Amino acid sequence: MNQTRRNFLKFLGLAAAGVCTATAGRALAVSVGAKAEPEAGPQALSAKRWGMVIDTKKVGTKEAIDVLAKACHSVHNVPDIPGNQNIKWIWAAGFEQAFDQPNDFLDEDVKKRQFPLLCNHCSNPPCVRACPTQATFKRPDGIVAMDYHRCIGCRFCMAACPFGARSFNFMDPRKHIDPAAVNKEFPTRMRGVVEKCTFCVERLAKGKQPACVEASNGAVAFGDLADANSEVRKLLREHYTIRRKPSLGTEPSVYYII
Amino acid sequence: MKLYNGGKIITGLVIFLCVFLAPFAYNAGKAAYSQPKVQLPKDEKECIESKEYMRTNHMKLLNQWRDWALRDGKRVYVNSKGKSFEISLQNTCMKCHPNKAEFCDKCHNDAAVSPYCWDCHYQPDGGLKK
Repeated sequence: MNQTRRNFLKFLGLAAAGVCTATAGRALAVSVGAKAEPEAGPQALSAKRWGMVIDTKKVGTKEAIDVLAKACHSVHNVPDIPGNQNIKWIWAAGFEQAFDQPNDFLDEDVKKRQFPLLCNHCSNPPCVRACPTQATFKRPDGIVAMDYHRCIGCRFCMAACPFGARSFNFMDPRKHIDPAAVNKEFPTRMRGVVEKCTFCVERLAKGKQPACVEASNGAVAFGDLADANSEVRKLLREHYTIRRKPSLGTEPSVYYII
Repeated sequence: MKLYNGGKIITGLVIFLCVFLAPFAYNAGKAAYSQPKVQLPKDEKECIESKEYMRTNHMKLLNQWRDWALRDGKRVYVNSKGKSFEISLQNTCMKCHPNKAEFCDKCHNDAAVSPYCWDCHYQPDGGLKK
């Protein structure tokens, strides 16, 4: 047979098609099994807007709040660093510091009372707007979550948060975690990321209440603010409650019974 | 045919070839590369997906897992055979592969990659080491 240009081009075309199908076939063979889809899981708790109601008459002292803080910090491997670079997810403060409503003639009881403070999981979170990498974001259930994998440590969120709920890891937090007391089910953080309370998303996914709620002996209630029949809504109906800095319009989801 | 500057050109070529072939000469006689022997779990025969799939795609799978668990709030993985697993590096993967040095590091060192998983995630056998 004469080798013509026509025949040569035909051969070239066939060969190219062959190579393409072979590679595609191999890629398909490898990707079998990648069709799997994730699920929320049968025990996962869900809500339209998670919220918390704290009865400050029941947890109104430094000691009582330390119990909540210890429960939270030990579950989440939050280090205790001496000095001004400490990390805190939940902490105690007095009335004026907490609520920004100075009052010269406050009653003695409230004046002395300590208030547990934590991330407010705002409906309109300024930290989320400030984050350039979407490392902090609002989930559809209202929780302002953190994805430490994405955090670049710019601390814009710390500047944006009016509640001081965020802490920065100035150093490797592992140096200040007791290796014997570490919770092996939960990661630590690394140097250079910002962290805060996450309303225990990992526990809600397994059907458990947040760690501080469990440790509070009923003084802290957690539930769906959008559900009129929930325990938190019942408490809000029955008690006078306030939120931190409502004038800023961030719409906190943490309510305090005074 | 006359080669202008022949001496220089040929010397140059010889030097180039020597340098170019040096790595081959350096490695001549050494044993061929063999895949590292990783420590496999004793009481578990099957991983969440096939061995081949995990070998080529575990990094993509872990990235997907991270996004599903953290960003989408979906923490249960149903594999291609319909079996369910908790989506968690620390609580699922490392339960069967507790020793990072004998499992993860073996291939990662050979491939000269250093993923930062253990900056935060806990190794059951190595504790808080990175």
